[in-house]
Amino acid sequence: MSLLTARRLTAGFGGQQVLQGVDLSLEPGEIVTIVGPNGSGKSTLLRVLAGALKPTGGTVTRMPGLRIGYVPQKLHIDRTLPMSVMRFLNLPHRARPDAIARAMARTGVAESLAQRQMVDLSGGQFQRVLLARALLQDPHILMLDEATQGLDQPASAAFYQLIDEIRHEIGCAVLMISHELHVVMSASDRVVCLNGHICCQGTPEVVSSAPEYRALFGRGTQGALALYRHQHDHDHDEGCTHDHGHDHGHDHAHAHDHLHDDPAPRHATLHTTQGRP
Amino acid sequence: MLDDFLIRATLAGVGVGLGAALLGCFVVWRRMAYFGDATAHAAILGVALSLGFSLPIPGGVLVVALVMALTITALSRRGQAMDTVLGVLAHAALAFGLMAVAFLPGARLNLESYLFGDILSVSKSDLALVWGGTVLLALWLAWRWQALLTATLNPDLAAASGIDPEREQLGLTLALALVVALSIKVVGALLITALLIIPAAAARPFARTPEAMLGLAAVVAVASALGGLRLAWVLDTPAGPSIVTCAVILFALGQIVARLRRG
Repeated sequence: MSLLTARRLTAGFGGQQVLQGVDLSLEPGEIVTIVGPNGSGKSTLLRVLAGALKPTGGTVTRMPGLRIGYVPQKLHIDRTLPMSVMRFLNLPHRARPDAIARAMARTGVAESLAQRQMVDLSGGQFQRVLLARALLQDPHILMLDEATQGLDQPASAAFYQLIDEIRHEIGCAVLMISHELHVVMSASDRVVCLNGHICCQGTPEVVSSAPEYRALFGRGTQGALALYRHQHDHDHDEGCTHDHGHDHGHDHAHAHDHLHDDPAPRHATLHTTQGRP
Repeated sequence: MLDDFLIRATLAGVGVGLGAALLGCFVVWRRMAYFGDATAHAAILGVALSLGFSLPIPGGVLVVALVMALTITALSRRGQAMDTVLGVLAHAALAFGLMAVAFLPGARLNLESYLFGDILSVSKSDLALVWGGTVLLALWLAWRWQALLTATLNPDLAAASGIDPEREQLGLTLALALVVALSIKVVGALLITALLIIPAAAARPFARTPEAMLGLAAVVAVASALGGLRLAWVLDTPAGPSIVTCAVILFALGQIVARLRRG
């Protein structure tokens, strides 16, 4: 059965409808990416599906006992709340030390960070700790909202690569939002193009050639996508919807090494908004 | 032993201090200081209504504080500009309460004891109430701890894990009304927020986890209660303000030590 099914979903804030008539379902093990312009309701849709926001209409049906590993777009931790990485990984459920060590190793969080305060982490480290915490929920679905925001391009490519590897290891489905079209298109089994309603959805190849998609994203991004496709043509059969996500991993090998081997990632310098000394 | 008014006062001060410090950590983390203020000010209205209708004062205070806290919660969900709303409600409750007290024969005399507390007149039943409430609060916190922390950290994160953040917030609102009702006799309506905020703030620089902050805040609260009562005895000053003064001194010392440690 589907993990999650939304039917005729409407949602909004303060009388303003952000989503209208959204039908969406998520099958076990698939990677689905939601794309759409700013204000198209991507985050709203994800929050409704995660259970964080009540829909104003329609229904969300979850598989009984469904566990969601949620990685929010931005997690602001108040300076008054002391929160070490280790403590954070134990929310909302206390996890076994070996499970925590595994999750940290898997997401590339250095052991030395365990006792650090969350607010002292760089943006890249913070994202990986969020992902590690989500994995500790033993999720059926990983939900990621702009998880690579603020990461540079090799780092975000490595992040998507990691998501894909994890998906194969633990067999979870992935539902994510991204605006990095050229990366996302290659990493997804299915792309949902959202603009208040679902404009079109399907395999990346189908969506990228759909007129609705071109109308929203124009020729510019189409160019970037074409460039990307050109580099990776050898991996893809047109219309193939499975397993193509990890086949091109070697192309990102440099970024991947960088994610795992470097305890203080170079891209950390990009994230000065968290008040690092 | 409980026949000695000083021992009763000490036990009451420690009990109220502990309860306020435990809840106070959440007040600080969730930035509810003004929320606490408004709820505490509503207590004066609760006192006036209790005296007017010959009801037990802690009960009346609990009900009015709860109504105030729930009103604020409802307004904040509707996205009102909160600091203005809190300012209006807090002072409205205080002003109505003070006027209502003025209509009551005889009550005017001991108004000061409800504004600033009257710890030396704590009775055995007051003491039972304070410690009963504090133990209840501690048990509830222990039960809901992980859910409360997750909801405080991020409501969406909590909801995705099946925790209802609004339910946890409602729990905190109830707890706040309870602490206000317990504290009014000991420190008075005007200084309850101080007992909530200051021990938690004093503990913050020395804590690396929420649990450590809670524990340290409790230590600060107990030390302030004991030190404040001693101060009040020696200097012949009102007990409630003396307890708060002690807490402020500990807060200031902590800030200095933390600054020195950082170099």
